[in-house]
Amino acid sequence: MKIRISFIFIILVVFFIVTVFYKSLFENKNYVPKNINYKIENISIKDFYTGNNKKLKSLFGEKKLIAINIWASWCLPCRKEHQHVKNLSTIDNLKLIGLNYKDKKNNAQEFLEELGNPFDTILIDTDGTKAIFFGAYGVPETIILDRELKIIKKYIGPLSAESVKEIKTFNQ
Amino acid sequence: MLNLIGNYSLIFALLTSLILIIFCFIKFKSNENLDFNIFTVTVLQFILIFFSFFALIFAFISSDFSNLAVYYNSHTSKPLFYKISGTWGNHEGSLLLWLLVLSLFTLIFLFETKKLLSSFRILTIFFQQIIIAGFLIFIFFTSNPFQLILPTPIEGLGLNPLLQDPALAIHPPILYLGYVGSSIIFSSSLAALTCNYVNRDWAANIKKWSLISWIFLTVGIMLGSIWAYYELGWGGFWFWDPVENVSLMPWFCLTALLHCSSVLEKRLILKSWTIILALSTFILSMSGTFLVRSGILNSVHTFANDPTRGVFVLIFLTILVLISLIIYFKYNNFETTPKSFFLSKETTIIINNWFMMYFLAVVLVGTIYPIFLEVITEAKISVGPPYFNQLIVPFLIPFLILMAIGTKLDWVKNKKLKLNLKKLILFILSILISFFIVKNLNVNLLYLTLLSAAALYLLFISIIDLKNKSFKWSQKISHLAFSILIVSIIFNSMFNEEFSVNMKVGEQKIILNKVINFEKITKKKIDNYTSLTAEIEISHDSKKIKFYPELRLYKVPETITSEADIKTNLFNDNLLVVNYLKDSEYLNIRYQKKPFMLLIWLSAIMLAFGGVMGLRNKLK
Repeated sequence: MKIRISFIFIILVVFFIVTVFYKSLFENKNYVPKNINYKIENISIKDFYTGNNKKLKSLFGEKKLIAINIWASWCLPCRKEHQHVKNLSTIDNLKLIGLNYKDKKNNAQEFLEELGNPFDTILIDTDGTKAIFFGAYGVPETIILDRELKIIKKYIGPLSAESVKEIKTFNQ
Repeated sequence: MLNLIGNYSLIFALLTSLILIIFCFIKFKSNENLDFNIFTVTVLQFILIFFSFFALIFAFISSDFSNLAVYYNSHTSKPLFYKISGTWGNHEGSLLLWLLVLSLFTLIFLFETKKLLSSFRILTIFFQQIIIAGFLIFIFFTSNPFQLILPTPIEGLGLNPLLQDPALAIHPPILYLGYVGSSIIFSSSLAALTCNYVNRDWAANIKKWSLISWIFLTVGIMLGSIWAYYELGWGGFWFWDPVENVSLMPWFCLTALLHCSSVLEKRLILKSWTIILALSTFILSMSGTFLVRSGILNSVHTFANDPTRGVFVLIFLTILVLISLIIYFKYNNFETTPKSFFLSKETTIIINNWFMMYFLAVVLVGTIYPIFLEVITEAKISVGPPYFNQLIVPFLIPFLILMAIGTKLDWVKNKKLKLNLKKLILFILSILISFFIVKNLNVNLLYLTLLSAAALYLLFISIIDLKNKSFKWSQKISHLAFSILIVSIIFNSMFNEEFSVNMKVGEQKIILNKVINFEKITKKKIDNYTSLTAEIEISHDSKKIKFYPELRLYKVPETITSEADIKTNLFNDNLLVVNYLKDSEYLNIRYQKKPFMLLIWLSAIMLAFGGVMGLRNKLK
């Protein structure tokens, strides 16, 4: 009897794992959360180079939108998406902000020197507490905010050429 | 023509596989002996698959672009060596290679187990043929390497330049040899369970096969790591990338199995556990291949992926897991094990297994947990090196110390455990040495001292053990190699030095007391790419090193790769990479000093060599 129960248990576990694998096969790698239009607090975050605190609203300058790209040098998908992040920097009316997530400053600098620095401003989030304000799950993630600090769109996972195209349309 | 030969050979191979499945089943049911027919059909099957594989190789060599796989992955301007390696550099070809090795190993198994129980051999072939048939059906329906395109294109699309590297050309086939070797372990465990044949003979046989897969897996992982170090040019050799993890998991399992099967062979205990390890090794290899090839795991290594193929592999994998679970639970009724005393060699091997399972669990969770989280809660996370380092490295300390002590104990019960003064002094000595080494680093003093002390202690003990006559050479060599590997990795990560700077031709800069001179840059056209070679001199305390790092601009497909210039000696690697900065006359120069790199590769080779010696002992 003992064996039976453990057998059934293991079979159930196997089926659970298989179902998860099956579902993840068809999972869209870049999904968009439902509750956008959510407003973010005007928090202040440390600047990567100067170390001064900056309020989110001060980052816009003259531009209509900001894109906050959460990245880290240890994150492999970030390397992959970097090409697309660079393309974001060419969009008019959009300030591109990098949020360096749980990273070492040296490593982050090397990442930028090696792959290029497309950001208008870089902020740091050494302990991962600032990313929580944006409702971020991890890296990489890109969040588009308007001047009211309302979330227009959120991209979880690496950006793709399609997402860059879509972000261009927000401008108009 | 070649395409037709290849395609039809595969169809006939599937036929032989089905014949063998039915044949073996009837023979097993009627308790008959293994006869000549099974031999003949197995040989025939191997020849058919061999034909089909060579048809594909010739299609690649002759740049036959009417073949879809060739068109996608080759180009006339590619050097011959890479045309050949392109055969398995893509999804379809690599599956065909799997199949070839699978049928080759089945054949070898038939030839070398003549002394073993006949019904056990028949049943092993039966399970092996189920795997082969599964692969053949998979190849037919989702990834046929002999698909035609009309009209025939004049030129192919080319091979990803990152894949044009000698280490990578032989890395996948060798890794596959390791994976496929574990299929024999899988089939023979199922057969041994069913025939109630889990005994000394079986353990000795399984040890041979686990050694074979272990050797290939070790070399395969090392080659992958060499490729990452030299070609990706990120200045590291292990990134905890999903694909690396996926090859590491069966390795942990196999290492545990290797040690555990000796216990079974000597003492006839741990039968269930050996079977579980044997089954999981292959299942881990298969799931790993599934996760990587289906593109579920995002990784720098994923060059080919297609989700629809994943469904098939998943079904196949589920069937294999279910078969093994049913057989395991039906036939697993081993008598209670004879008593072992706590202080014995068995215990230390069991502890070794626990550690292996712990490392395996950490890597497994780190690799697949993000998938589960994503499906269940829609959250996405990426698990980075900090997770693995923090969970694995501290546990190395007790593991290494136990490894140093454990080999000394006797089987069944250790007679006397006397405190050996010499060893105690050695231990204190290694703590002192590592304290003086670590002292200057000013970080985590206690932790790093303990870690390097444990590693050094194991190294010293392994060196002393070389004189010990009661151990086998295979064990002495591989344990020594492992200790050198760990010591080199630890010191490598503690003492690496690096900086990065943007410079243009003719500039001179001083960083960390080093003078960097960017002297010139030369442009050359080679084969299928344009090469830009920079000449950079770094001088430090009147020691001058000149580097010639290279940028390669490929036309098809349009890519830039960086070739690092690495100056190697036994104790240090000096590495310089240049990277192209878009729209700028500056180049990014990255310098790294990596201690003991050569020792890492050498010790990995030595580790595998220890396995080869063990295999030679078994074959005698």
